[in-house]
Amino acid sequence: MSYFAFLSEHGPTMLLGTVTTIKVLVCSTILYVIISLIFGLMRLSKNPIIQGTATVYIEFFRGTSLLVQLFWFYYVLPFFGLTLEAFTAGVVAIGMNFGAYGAEIVRGGILAVPKGQWEGAFALNFTPAKRMRKIIIPQIFPIILPPAANLTVELLKATALVALVTVVDLTFEAKQINSITWLSAQCFGTALLIYYIISRFFLVPFLRWLEVLAARKVGKEIK
Amino acid sequence: MNAEWRWDFAIEILPSMLWATLNTILAAGIGYAIAAIVGLLFLLGQRTPIKIVNMINREIVEFIRSTPLLIQLFFVYFVLPQFGITLSAWVCGMITIGLHFGTYLSEVYRGALEGVPKTQWEACRALNFSTFYTYRKIVLPQAFPIAIPGMGNYLVGIFKDTPLLSTIGVAELFHAATAVGGYHYRYLEPYTIVGIIFLTLSIPAAIWIRKIEKNVNLAQGKIKKEQL
Repeated sequence: MSYFAFLSEHGPTMLLGTVTTIKVLVCSTILYVIISLIFGLMRLSKNPIIQGTATVYIEFFRGTSLLVQLFWFYYVLPFFGLTLEAFTAGVVAIGMNFGAYGAEIVRGGILAVPKGQWEGAFALNFTPAKRMRKIIIPQIFPIILPPAANLTVELLKATALVALVTVVDLTFEAKQINSITWLSAQCFGTALLIYYIISRFFLVPFLRWLEVLAARKVGKEIK
Repeated sequence: MNAEWRWDFAIEILPSMLWATLNTILAAGIGYAIAAIVGLLFLLGQRTPIKIVNMINREIVEFIRSTPLLIQLFFVYFVLPQFGITLSAWVCGMITIGLHFGTYLSEVYRGALEGVPKTQWEACRALNFSTFYTYRKIVLPQAFPIAIPGMGNYLVGIFKDTPLLSTIGVAELFHAATAVGGYHYRYLEPYTIVGIIFLTLSIPAAIWIRKIEKNVNLAQGKIKKEQL
C-alpha cells in the first residue's frame, strides 16, 4: 500500500485522535498552570504547614514516574470509591505532575524578581498580598515563561501516555491501526510527524509569542 | 473489591518487586551510558564547522526532542523488524532511551561548554596551547561542574521514564507490578509499592547529585566553605 493510500484510509481516524490529544493538552495545561501558581506561592509561605504541604506535594510528584501516577489515578482510585473517567484521570495526572515541576519554576521566578521591587513595595506600605498581586506577580511572567514553555512542550509529549489508560488519542489510534494493518512504519511515522508538527509549528510559536508579549508588558524587548 | 490495604499481599509480592527494581536500575544505567555517548555525537555534529551538518543535526535533535518517547519506542520496536532487523525489547528500549535523552544531554554539554568564559580560550591561544590541550586542561575541567546538575537531572529523568519500557515488554518494575496486579486483580498494593520504590530511589539520588555539585564547585573554588 502506498503512503497516500494509507493516509486516505487511516488519516481521518488519526486526525480524530489528534483532536483528543489537543483536548488533553489544553485541559492539562490549564490545570498545571493553576497548580503551579498556587503551589509555587505556597512553597514561599512562611507558615511551616503550608510550606511543608507544598514541599511534600512537589517532591512526591517529581519523585515518581508520571506513568505510575497515571495508573494509580486510573486503576487504584476506584478502590477508594473514586472512579475517574480515563480522560479525566489522564488530565488530572498530567496536570498534577507538571504542576509540581511548574511550581518550582514559579518559585524561582518570584525569587528572581529584583530585591528593589520588594523594598519599593515595602516602602510604599503595601500589604504582603497587594505586593504580590500588584508588584511581584506581574513581573514574574517574562522570567518564568521560557522554562514554562519547555515544560509545556514536555507536557505535549507526556499526553501520549494517556493512551495507556485507554484514552483514544493519537497514540492510541496509531497503536490500533498498527495492530490492524501491521504497517508500523506508516502509522507510527505519521504519529511522530503529527506530534512534531503540533509542537514545532503551533505550540512553540504560540509560546514564543506569549514570551514576547510578557516581556513587552514589563517594558523589555526581546529579539 | 475493598479499599483495605492488605499487608500480607504487599509482603508477598515485595520480593519479586524488588528483583524487578534491579532491572529498572540496570535499564536506567545502560540507557544513561548510551545517552551520554549519543549526546557527545550530537554535540560533535553541532560544533563541526560544516554548515549542512549543523543544520541536519539540529533538525534531528529538534525532531527527537519534540516527539513522545512512547511512540519512538513503538517505532523502533515495530518498524525495525520490517527492515529485517529483529532486536529484543531490551535492546530496542535501550537504543530509544539513549537516542531520546542523548539529544537532551547534548544540550547540557553545549550549555556547559558555552558557560566557559571566552577569555579562557583567548588566554590559551595567547599561551600557544594546542586545541586538544586547551580542551583537556583548561576548558573541560571548567565545563564539567556546569554540566553536572543537568546531567544528574537527566539521570533521574531516565530513571523515571523507564516504566515506559514496560509497554514493549521489558520486564522492569512497572511491568512486574502490572503483571502481579493483573494476576491477583489487585492494583492498589503493586502500584503503590512501585510509587514508594521510585520515591525512595529518586529523592536520595537528587540529594546526592546536589551534594556532588556542591563538592565539585568547592574543589574548583567557585564557592567558598563559608557560603555553605
